[in-house]
Amino acid sequence: MEALDSLLHGFGVLLTFHNMLLMLVGICLGILVGVLPGLGGPNGVAILLPLTFTMDPTSAIVLLSCIYWGALFGGAITSILFNIPGEAWSVATTFDGYPMAQKGQAAEALTAAFTASFFGSIAAVMLITFLAPWIATFALRFGPPEFFAVYLLTFCSFVGLGKEARHKIVISLALGFLLAAVGMDTVSGELRMTFGSVEMLRGFDFLVAVIGLFGISEILLAMEEHLAFKGQEAKIRLSVVWRTWLTLPRYWVTLLRSSAIGCWLGVTPGGAIAASFMGYNLAKRFSRDGANFGKGKIEGVLAPETAAHAAGTSALLPMLALGIPGSGTAAVLLGGLMVWGLQPGPLLFVEQKDFVWGLIASMYLGNIAGLIIVLATVPLFASVLRVPFATIAPMIIVSCAIGAFAVQNAMFDIWLMLGFGVVGYLFKKTGIPLAPMTLALVLGDKAEDAFRQSMIGLDGGLGIFWSNKLVGTITTLALVMLFWPLIGKLIDLARGSGRHEPAGAAGSGSSRA
Amino acid sequence: MSDGPHADLDPALVSTRSVELAVMALLLCLAIFLGWDNWRLGAGWAPDGPQPGYFPFYLAVLLGGASLWGIAAALRSEELREEIFVGRSAFGRVLRVFLPTIGFVLLVQLIGLYVASFVFIAAFMVFVGRLAVWKSLLTGFVFSALMFYVFDVQFNVLMPKGPLEAAFGF
Repeated sequence: MEALDSLLHGFGVLLTFHNMLLMLVGICLGILVGVLPGLGGPNGVAILLPLTFTMDPTSAIVLLSCIYWGALFGGAITSILFNIPGEAWSVATTFDGYPMAQKGQAAEALTAAFTASFFGSIAAVMLITFLAPWIATFALRFGPPEFFAVYLLTFCSFVGLGKEARHKIVISLALGFLLAAVGMDTVSGELRMTFGSVEMLRGFDFLVAVIGLFGISEILLAMEEHLAFKGQEAKIRLSVVWRTWLTLPRYWVTLLRSSAIGCWLGVTPGGAIAASFMGYNLAKRFSRDGANFGKGKIEGVLAPETAAHAAGTSALLPMLALGIPGSGTAAVLLGGLMVWGLQPGPLLFVEQKDFVWGLIASMYLGNIAGLIIVLATVPLFASVLRVPFATIAPMIIVSCAIGAFAVQNAMFDIWLMLGFGVVGYLFKKTGIPLAPMTLALVLGDKAEDAFRQSMIGLDGGLGIFWSNKLVGTITTLALVMLFWPLIGKLIDLARGSGRHEPAGAAGSGSSRA
Repeated sequence: MSDGPHADLDPALVSTRSVELAVMALLLCLAIFLGWDNWRLGAGWAPDGPQPGYFPFYLAVLLGGASLWGIAAALRSEELREEIFVGRSAFGRVLRVFLPTIGFVLLVQLIGLYVASFVFIAAFMVFVGRLAVWKSLLTGFVFSALMFYVFDVQFNVLMPKGPLEAAFGF
């Protein structure tokens, strides 16, 4: 097995004292980031990215990806103990997690959540281990039209599968693309949309946008909603952990189902949020006493957590193999790759073996270490939330400013971050999703380059995107995704039944939250 | 989403519909402006492929179309008219964190990031959080010093500095 050999090589790269230490630091920082309101996965990683500029890429990605795992774990703590989802993907965890905590079963709920997260992640990492090299080999044959078609597929699936109003997703995407295009045009060298300003010449760095959109806006929202943390007590005894673990095999169907949903949705950019709702809703439908969901059933914690983590992890698969991130945080990690001078995409597997397999190995180790650390430190992190918000808020704002400044050493970027904060606040409150905009900001230039390289010498014909079987299939698939809601309706009409499609169910779940 | 537990006690400042209309109108203006700029640059086809303005121009068209759609959708929706975007006291709280943040960024520009963050954190804790003065000063100092140590000393990520750091030779 070639993949196994490479994986062992990856463990070899990883098992140095320095990297293990970074892993521990990363996970602890990540849990903190996941617990604190206003610091989510994407902007937590974005703020800490400047710290890694001077590291070697392998250590850097180990640190950052462990922050990511930590944030995934941390989200569950606030959901279960405080009924406040630290992350959007842990909203579904609050449905049953908080009632369990109210009944005095906080320790069981937390153990279940962390173990489920671990299970979901490991399932997704195995998928990455065996599928990523294969996809990468396949993708080595890609030319500009194929890459553009894959980008198109990414963006079309956002529009087709998103649960927000379609025009709002389109607005978010188009705005992200436009912002990405500001500055020097990479093909012709002409200046676009700079309006004679020197500051605009550099263009909008997406890290600054992420920090503003997710960090500053979150603080404004948290302040508006008057967050008061009145939580349940959190102490996890080892005996409770054992007892909970012994009951888990009973729910193997739920775990497997949620893992599968998560892996599937993580690879297509709908991401962890949709996956967690879908996992929850399906578990509820198939469970023998679905009516008791929402009153504190352990399955209601297991299902969304497994799915969210499987999705959050498998979102890294398209990032590694194709250079297309499946989630906001994956997009930030991708930005990191470019800063460290690595070209994301299929060539990474050939040219940067140490890096890729070190990262994949760190996914296994990071999740095992994460599970142990999070079980041991829950009380500590829960107590962080009892610190007054007036102390945490300015610290987060300062961290955001440091992160924004460090990207390009530009004072203007701190102002820009504030601007993006206001935009993020308005967008969140009017239901315009932010994730498509982030992705468009990262991929905008690459997508445009791919488009223009495919079009060179052609007279405006779009035939190139159907010129061979491969690119034709991807392009057609993209269009199917784009019109999926319409197609779904037509299928329902043809069947003549009022059956709800799962995407609709996920949508209704979110509106309830 | 916006109405918290005390939504009834908090008189509405503005309805979601008005805000949505305003946001959509702004996006439409932006789309027209950017579309015009790219049209000027050339949004057609050169002999060697698309001109530089081609891609952004059609994105601007897309953005404009979607925001027009958004205006229509918001006008038709009865629900949104009733929905409170933000209440008066809630908006007051938002300003209480946003205005000091603007002040903080101004300070960063004038006296450097670390001193500004000390002032910002301490002042925010005292005046907004109504916490004890000594706790606030201590927290501000420890946090700023820690950030300085981690970023400037350990990782060599240099932040803007002012007269105080200069006095210590940084």
